[in-house]
Amino acid sequence: MTATTTVATRPGAGLAPSAVAVALRTIRKFVRTPQLIVVGTIQGALFLLIFRYVFGGSIGVGGLPYVDFLVPGFVTTTILFAGTGAAAGVAEDVEHGFFDRLRSLPIPRLSVMAGRSLADTALLGFTLAVTTAIGFAVGFRVHTDLAASLAAFGLCVVYGFAFEWMFITMGLVARNAQAAQGLSMIVFPLTFVSSAYVPVATMPSWMRPFAENQPITVMVDAVRCLTQGSRVEALLPHHTAYYVGMSLLWTVALIAAFAPVAIARFSHR
Amino acid sequence: MEHIVEARGLTKSYGTVRALAGLDLVARRGRVAAVLGPNGAGKTTFVRAVATLVQPDGGSLRVAGFDVVRQPAHVRRVIGLAGQSAAVEDAMTGRENLEMVGRLFGLDRAAARAATTAVLDQLQLGADADRLVRTYSGGMRRRLDLGASLVGSPRLLLLDEPTTGLDPRSRIELWDAIRAMVAGGTDVLLTTQYLEEADQLAADIVIIDQGRVIAEGTPSELKSRAGRDVIEVHARDRAALPLVAEALRGLGGEPRVEIATRRVAITVDTGTDRLMDAVRALDSRGIDIEDIALRRPTLDEVFLTLTGKPVDTAEPQDRRRHPAA
Ligand SMILES: Nc1ncnc2c1ncn2[C@@H]1O[C@H](COP(=O)(O)OP(=O)(O)OP(=O)(O)O)[C@@H](O)[C@H]1O
Ligand SMILES: [Mg+2]
Repeated sequence: MTATTTVATRPGAGLAPSAVAVALRTIRKFVRTPQLIVVGTIQGALFLLIFRYVFGGSIGVGGLPYVDFLVPGFVTTTILFAGTGAAAGVAEDVEHGFFDRLRSLPIPRLSVMAGRSLADTALLGFTLAVTTAIGFAVGFRVHTDLAASLAAFGLCVVYGFAFEWMFITMGLVARNAQAAQGLSMIVFPLTFVSSAYVPVATMPSWMRPFAENQPITVMVDAVRCLTQGSRVEALLPHHTAYYVGMSLLWTVALIAAFAPVAIARFSHR
Repeated sequence: MEHIVEARGLTKSYGTVRALAGLDLVARRGRVAAVLGPNGAGKTTFVRAVATLVQPDGGSLRVAGFDVVRQPAHVRRVIGLAGQSAAVEDAMTGRENLEMVGRLFGLDRAAARAATTAVLDQLQLGADADRLVRTYSGGMRRRLDLGASLVGSPRLLLLDEPTTGLDPRSRIELWDAIRAMVAGGTDVLLTTQYLEEADQLAADIVIIDQGRVIAEGTPSELKSRAGRDVIEVHARDRAALPLVAEALRGLGGEPRVEIATRRVAITVDTGTDRLMDAVRALDSRGIDIEDIALRRPTLDEVFLTLTGKPVDTAEPQDRRRHPAA
């Protein structure tokens, strides 16, 4: 152990290398815990099947097959379901002292949060792809072109990145995996009072103003428009561009609201 | 010469709990310092303050000459932290864990790899380096955690209860690893609840309780104040306890009787000689005993001798474990 005596101070890693190191660890953890992947996939598939075949019969959507209506909503809201896992993961890192070690290192504090959010977004991309594939398997079809569909998928990943900051914040505040999971579940009602699974028009009139304008609805409708084109636009009060624009505004708002809180919370001592 | 750690009147409160209540503590260069104290004494809070994870409310704290409040970035370049829970990633191998931390310390890939191999060998984890940490025993995890704080070759190593929860053999292995590091020139500040551990590893011991220093000195200074050894007699019959106490009186300190466990303990200076005396005294009075033993004083006994009062074992409601800020 000669190194111990000779090295006086260490410079520490810069923003990018430390973010990569942190991200790599999150991804390895996911890849090497196959239970997580298998259970997550089965769970997603089951819910999609239930919505598709159990509720599907009783929900009519203005000439649109329910599966084409549902899958964009289902894929988009997968972000929120996957997010509870991210919140729990962050809380676990607090609980088990992993963040303590990272915070004692000579690295920019932002890098830990950046690495975490990027890695979780990448993992979410995987989950979204699996969910989309299951959607296709149960009869979902795109009625626009490839570019628009890819844009829809990309949009979902961007939403995921934005929501990630909210879930990281929840994990940091809860500091306990179970509490974080509980806390993050408060977003679920938001997914039901949205256009994700049923048209907003079928909801009671007092609920509609909220349901129509809340971010999930806007995000889901953007994805729906991009994959179904005029068939869906005909059912909605606005055009595709409106939903895409609004959903991007919401993602910016989410990041602006939660990223500073998460970083401050992480750096707080 | 400036000290590696220098705390003056350090305070930190959590609500009404004073975790640090004006702590004065100096750890000298080139020596291992042990902070010894019972649950809730403030050990972890102090280590976290040194590691720049907790902002003190008052007082001053310097690490290698840098102020932890004003120059935290400098402090982080000097320290390596092994916290109270082993912060290693289960889903990575031992080698991957250390390489990751090495990279974060700013080593390039090759240097991180080399430092990792060196540390793994030093901690005798070389053979298990490429197994997932998930499959490690508690002792191996602890050693790996120590390794993680070491790959960056810190000047000061902070170890918060490094051997808590380990079996005796793992504990001794970890002690050996720590000694090897010290021999390599790393300064170490460790906390422990075991007097024996402080005695084994440290050149200086600081005993704290309720956020304050209650005694400090070298192990031999403290032992000469607290008594070297304890003779403990386990009586066969509860009724014999006063007789046992009577027989032991005069061999050392005041006999302490514990009725529930039928034991009488007495602190003595020259253990083996006094043990013979004790056996003779009991024998001559014809007292029946279960067994008699010579052992090191526990932290409780040191407390009792140094402060005249036992460790406050009643834990207030809010004294749970707190993982992080
Ligand atoms: N984050 C926190 N929030 C509230 N109280 C805290 C926090 N951290 C520590 N405390 C309180 O401060 C006191 C000192 O705690 P600390 O963890 O420093 O003790 P310790 O000596 O490390 O104990 P142990 O041997 O159990 O690890 C305790 O009463 C504890 O409840
Ligand atoms: Mg502690």
